[in-house]
Amino acid sequence: MVVEQKKLAITGAEAAAYAMRQINPDVVAAYPITPQTPIVEKFAQYVADGLVDTEMIPVESEHSAMSAVVGAAAAGARAMTATSANGLALMHEIVYIAASSRLPIVMPVVNRALSGPINIHCDHSDTMAERDSGWVQLFAENSQEVYDLIFIALKLAENEDVRLPVMVNQDGFIISHGTEIVEVLPDEEIKKFVGEQKIMYSLLDTKNPVTYGPLDLYDYYFEHKRQQVEAMENARKLFPEITKEYEAISGRKYSYVEPYKLDDAEYVMVALGSTNGTIKYVVDKMRQEGKKVGLLKITMYRPFPKEEIQYYLNGRKGVVVLDRSLSFGAEAPLYAEIKSSLYEVAVKPQIGSYVYGLGGRDITPDMIRKAFEDALKGNLVADEQRYLGLRE
Amino acid sequence: MAELKGWKDIPIGGLITEPGSSKKFKTGSWRVMRPVYDRSKCIDCMMCWLICPDMAIIQEDGVMKGINYDYCKGCGNCANICPKNALEMKPETDFQD
Repeated sequence: MVVEQKKLAITGAEAAAYAMRQINPDVVAAYPITPQTPIVEKFAQYVADGLVDTEMIPVESEHSAMSAVVGAAAAGARAMTATSANGLALMHEIVYIAASSRLPIVMPVVNRALSGPINIHCDHSDTMAERDSGWVQLFAENSQEVYDLIFIALKLAENEDVRLPVMVNQDGFIISHGTEIVEVLPDEEIKKFVGEQKIMYSLLDTKNPVTYGPLDLYDYYFEHKRQQVEAMENARKLFPEITKEYEAISGRKYSYVEPYKLDDAEYVMVALGSTNGTIKYVVDKMRQEGKKVGLLKITMYRPFPKEEIQYYLNGRKGVVVLDRSLSFGAEAPLYAEIKSSLYEVAVKPQIGSYVYGLGGRDITPDMIRKAFEDALKGNLVADEQRYLGLRE
Repeated sequence: MAELKGWKDIPIGGLITEPGSSKKFKTGSWRVMRPVYDRSKCIDCMMCWLICPDMAIIQEDGVMKGINYDYCKGCGNCANICPKNALEMKPETDFQD
């Protein structure tokens, strides 16, 4: 039964902090970095006000933040942190260790361009650098999704067959600092939804002692990687079950991807994050002009929802993929994976790659329309990378 | 080493769930040089026992009883310190069947 919910005017960062308060994690270790800072700032206020039981650890770097959270999670605590850009890059080493040690850590990531040159605004280069780290990666379109996805992430992370850390991505400033209406569930509903963590392999369980992080050479390392592959598959399988359970109380539906006006769409745009909101606006406008356009929003990036992408893109006339990051000397990350997914579909669409919004460059409705119009004209070239909003 | 297990049969995350399991890891398989003990020269001074980094010298009540080849890595420290040359390093290839 859908529960009555309060409406709050809050930013994406505040939505993340609010969700963390409702989870009431045992440990939060964090280091400030723009544009993530307001998450931990708000959460620290909750700690100071005695609204949570959390042990808050102000550490000296993000490398230490992730290390402290790894230690806490290995002890069986619910442990969280949050970061952005260079902070995530500094965590990189331990990000892999969290995943390979199978620790169910949930981390809101506020996406910001990686240096250099130094920039504090949104793009996806930070999270893309962690693409192969073994974390589940979810992308929010707005503050509401930030709030909702954090609970879904926790439930997914802690599942016995998954035991993987999850990043919940939100676009820096655009979501993190933009005030929107967010519907929030009552504390007791969240408490029921997230439940008690089933503690596995706790370092504090002296009756069943375990060793974390021992040397693992050519005789077993490969088998442990295969287990991580399996855990990702389990995360993929379990995701619909958890989102359904969340929908039952919140009334909000989540899936790997969100199809928007796709039923009869001939031309489809694919994107991650807040730009999906702008694309929906453009789709609505172009629909009024009788143009058969639609959107496929990617919510889950890891594990990659290949089957759903094939299902929704097979037989379309044109597919435009928007990337907010680059892979220098190769195709942009989302484009490369969408293109690879389409290798096996029965009727391959024309496909084009558009890079946009690097370092926080605005993406306007006109730019999105321009990319759609290329598709409508049959002017998409699979092996060509184009740019939106770049000066020649 | 015991028989290697498949990915479905081991704990996740590279965790070791059995305390003291390093005892099962027979590090002696690395050895290229083997210390060979000559009881007739030995004076039970126990210098070899003191210096062995792998506790591979077997002793009972202060009497040298030989070498545990399951753990001896063949470093040669024992042969080097022995004041009576009661330990001699020989290539492992001499002992292959």
